[in-house]
Amino acid sequence: MAARRAAILGGNRIPFARANGPYAHASNQDMLTATLDGLVARFGLQGERLGEVAAGAVLKHSKDFNLTREAVLGSRLSPRTPAYDVQQACGTGLHTVILVANKIALGQVESGIAAGVDTVSDAPIAVNEGLRRVLLDANRAKNLAGRLKALAGIRPSQLVPAAPSNSEPRTGLSMGEHQAITTAEWGITREAQDEFAVASHRNLAAAYESGFLDDLVTPFLKLSRDQNLRPDTTIERLAKLAPVFGTRSPNPTMTAGNSTPLSDGASAVLLASDEWAAEHKLPVLAHFVDAETAGVDYVHGDRKADGLLMAPVYAMPRLLERNKLTLQDFDFYEIHEAFASTVLATLAAWEDEGFCRQRLGLQAPLGAIDRARLNVSGSSLAAGHPFAATGGRIVANLAKLLHEKGSGRGLISICAAGGQGVVAILEF
Amino acid sequence: MADRYLSLINSPLGENVASWLKLPRPAVLRRYEVGDPLLPGPLLLGGLGGRAESASGARELRDLLVNAGVSVVVATGAGGTGDPATAWADAAADPRWSALVFDATAATSVADLALLREFFAGGLRRLGASGRVVVLGRAPDGADPVQDATRQALDGIVRSLAKELRNGATANLVLLDTTEAGLAVVESAMRFLLSGRSAYVDGQVIRLGGAAVATPADWSRPLQGKVAVVTGAARGIGASIATVLARDGAQVVAADLPMAGESLARVANRIGGTSLQLDITSADAPERMINHANARFGGVDIVIHNAGITRDKLLANMKPAQWDSVLAVNLEAQLRINAALLQPGGLRSGGRVVCLASTSGIAGNRGQTNYAASKAGVIGMVRSFAQSFAEHEATINAVAPGFIETEMTAAMPFATREAARRLNSLQQGGQPVDVAEAVGWLSWSASGGMNGQVLRVCGQNLVGA
Repeated sequence: MAARRAAILGGNRIPFARANGPYAHASNQDMLTATLDGLVARFGLQGERLGEVAAGAVLKHSKDFNLTREAVLGSRLSPRTPAYDVQQACGTGLHTVILVANKIALGQVESGIAAGVDTVSDAPIAVNEGLRRVLLDANRAKNLAGRLKALAGIRPSQLVPAAPSNSEPRTGLSMGEHQAITTAEWGITREAQDEFAVASHRNLAAAYESGFLDDLVTPFLKLSRDQNLRPDTTIERLAKLAPVFGTRSPNPTMTAGNSTPLSDGASAVLLASDEWAAEHKLPVLAHFVDAETAGVDYVHGDRKADGLLMAPVYAMPRLLERNKLTLQDFDFYEIHEAFASTVLATLAAWEDEGFCRQRLGLQAPLGAIDRARLNVSGSSLAAGHPFAATGGRIVANLAKLLHEKGSGRGLISICAAGGQGVVAILEF
Repeated sequence: MADRYLSLINSPLGENVASWLKLPRPAVLRRYEVGDPLLPGPLLLGGLGGRAESASGARELRDLLVNAGVSVVVATGAGGTGDPATAWADAAADPRWSALVFDATAATSVADLALLREFFAGGLRRLGASGRVVVLGRAPDGADPVQDATRQALDGIVRSLAKELRNGATANLVLLDTTEAGLAVVESAMRFLLSGRSAYVDGQVIRLGGAAVATPADWSRPLQGKVAVVTGAARGIGASIATVLARDGAQVVAADLPMAGESLARVANRIGGTSLQLDITSADAPERMINHANARFGGVDIVIHNAGITRDKLLANMKPAQWDSVLAVNLEAQLRINAALLQPGGLRSGGRVVCLASTSGIAGNRGQTNYAASKAGVIGMVRSFAQSFAEHEATINAVAPGFIETEMTAAMPFATREAARRLNSLQQGGQPVDVAEAVGWLSWSASGGMNGQVLRVCGQNLVGA
C-alpha cells in the first residue's frame, strides 16, 4: 500500500514577544493552551477527539514532563485526545509536523496537531549541581542524624542557582559565537546581513498589512502583532548597531539587528488525511511530502564546513535526491533566519562548487535560488524565534502561500542547536 | 453591567422604601431560558366578535396560540368572541393573565375601538408581572378615511398603554400590511412578543407583509441548520448575538477585527462556533467573508452587521479621522457586504440580514453627528435594500437598541447613565441579550413577514419615539 500524503489544513500562533516582554509571566503551558484554543476556534474543533497532539519546548521545566497533554486537557479539544512531548532544539516544531504527518501517511491517525512553544522569560532555573547532590543525599538518609550530616555539606557557593544559558555544552560557545565563526569563514558581509534583515521586516509588515496573517495568528495578552517587528527599519538604521557576536575577531559583523532576539511564543499546525478534511469541510492548504534531518560535527569538524548551524546544508541534497528534485524546483523557500548570516552562509554553501563536490559528494553545486521566492512573508529576524514555535509558524505560513498560489512546491530549512538541521518539502 | 438600583428596589427593604418615597420601581424582567413555555400563565384573547370576517380568523389565532402551548381563554362579553366553552380551567386557578391579546384586524369604525377599551379595562387589572399586551390590526391603506383613522388609532392606544403598564409588562402592536398577510406571518411575531425574548421590546409597531414564511420543524431550535455570520462578535452585544443564534441552532461564524482575536476565540469556543478574524472595512472583506462561509459551511443564510464604533466629538471639533472611521465601519462596510450578498453565490435564498442601528440614528445625540449619520444611514440602507432582498426571497431589517447595559454605557458618567437608564417605560437599561433576542427573531425563517423595518429594543425610550 502506497502511503498517503498528510494534508495541512491550517495553523495558529500567538504573536511572538520579546523575552521579558508582554509574556514574561506566561508559562509554556499558558501559551500552548491559548494557541491550541485559537486553533480550535478557527476550525471549530470544540470537543473533537483528534488522533494526537505532538508538541514540545526547548526550555522546559521538569514539572512540565507532560506539557502537551496538560495543554490539551486545558484546551477545548476533547480530553480523549492523546498527546506527547518532543524535543529537538529549534527543530522541535518542524519535527512534530514530521511525526504527525508520518502517522497520518501510515494511516495510524486521521488527524493531529503539531505544535511548539518556548519561553525564555519563564525559563527554568536549576539548583546548583552541588546543592542538588547534597539535597538528594539528605533525602536518602535513613534518620535525622544522617540527614543533618548530609545537610552539613552545604557550601555557600552552592546557593547560587544554575542560570539557563543557550551555550553549547560541548564547546561552551553561544549559538551567536558559533555562527560568528561560520559567518567569518564564509565571508558573509555586514551589508548583506543588514539588507537581508530589512527585507524580513518589510515582508512580514506587508503580510500583516494585506491580512495574510489574519487566519494564522490569534492575539494573546493584548499583543496582536509580533513585538519584534520593525516595519520602518532601514539599512542605515541597522548599520549604526554595534556588533554583539564574534567581537574578538578583527571584523565582527553580527548585530542585534541581523540576529534573532530571544523570544516567547507558541505555534500549532492542524494536519489530517484528505478524507478527514473533507468530512469536516476543511479546505486543504497543502500536503506534506517528505523531510530529512542531518547532523554536523561542530565539535571536532572543520571550522568552515561543520558550523553549528550548517546541518541543513547536508540534509538538503539527500532530501532532493530522494524526491528527484533540484534546488530550483520550488516556488517558495522558507529558510529559518536564526541569524541573517545563517541563511546567507547556507545559500553560499549550496552555490559553492568545491564545497558541494567535496563535502556533499555532488557532481555539481546545488546552485542559487531565486531570492524573490525566499521568506516572502518574513521570517524569524522580524517575527522573533521562540525556539520550538518556529517550525509551526513556517509550516502554516508556507502551506497558506501554496494555497493562495493554487499550485507548486515549497521548501523548508531549519537549523538547530547541537549541530542539527531539519529540511522538508510541502506541495499544494 | 449591574444596575444596583434595580437590585435594591426589588429587595424587601427596597420595595418598602420605594413605595413610601414614590421612587420609580423597575421590575426584574422575564427573559427567555431554553425550555421556558411561551407564557407562564393563561392568555386572554379578545376580538371583534360576531363579525363574519373576524370569526374564522379569531379561531385560527386561538388555535395557533393553543398549538404553541398557550392556555387560551377567550373573552366573553361585548369584546369577546363569545365561546365560553373554550375557557380553560387554569383561568380559575390562576387569577393573573400572562398576556392580553386583542384581534382588531376587523376594526372599521371608531365605535369598534370602544370594544378594545372594554376588553382591556377588564383584563389589565389582572395582568401579571412581565405581562404581554399584543394588539393585532391592519395597516392603513388609503382606501377609506374612516377605516384608516380607526386603524391608525390602534397606534395611539398601544403606545399610551405601554406607558401605563408596570411591573415589567409590555404592549406592542402588530399590523398586517396587506389583506394577503394571513396568520402564517403572525405566528413568529406572536411567539416572539409573548415570550421572554421580547423583554425589552415595548411600545413598538411591527408591520408584517404577505411574504412566504417557513415554519421550523422545532420552534425551540428556529435556526437549526442555518449558517450565520456575526460581525463584532468578540464582546458585548455581538458576543450575545452569537450566543443566542448558536443556542437557537445556527452554525455561527464569529467575526471581528484581528486584534480582538483573543476574546473572539473565547466566544467561538464557548458557543461551539468558529472564529473569523477580519477587518470588515478592508476592500476584500465581503469576498473573504462569503468565501469563508461557502468553503467551510456550504453557504451563508444569516449575516448580522453588529460591528460598530463610536468616536464622539462635537461637530465643530470633529477630526476627519473620527468622522471617516465611524462611517467606514458602521455604514460603508455594511453597504459593500450587503451588495456582495445579493450577488450569485452570496446569501442563500431565504436568507436574513439584520443590521444594528441605534436610537441615536433616529433621535440624534449630542456629540454623535458621525455615529448618528452612520446609524440613520443604516436605516435608509435597510429600507432601500428591502425590495432587492425580497426578490432574493430574503429579508433585511435593522434593530435599534436604546440604552443597553454594556461596557460602553458603563463608561458614561454616573448621573448621565442613571438618567438615561430610567428614561423609558420599563425604567431600566436593556441587557445585550435583549438586543440579541430581537436580532435572533428577525433571523428566523418564520420571520419573513418583516422586511425593510427598524425594530427598536429600547423599553419604549422617551427619546426618538
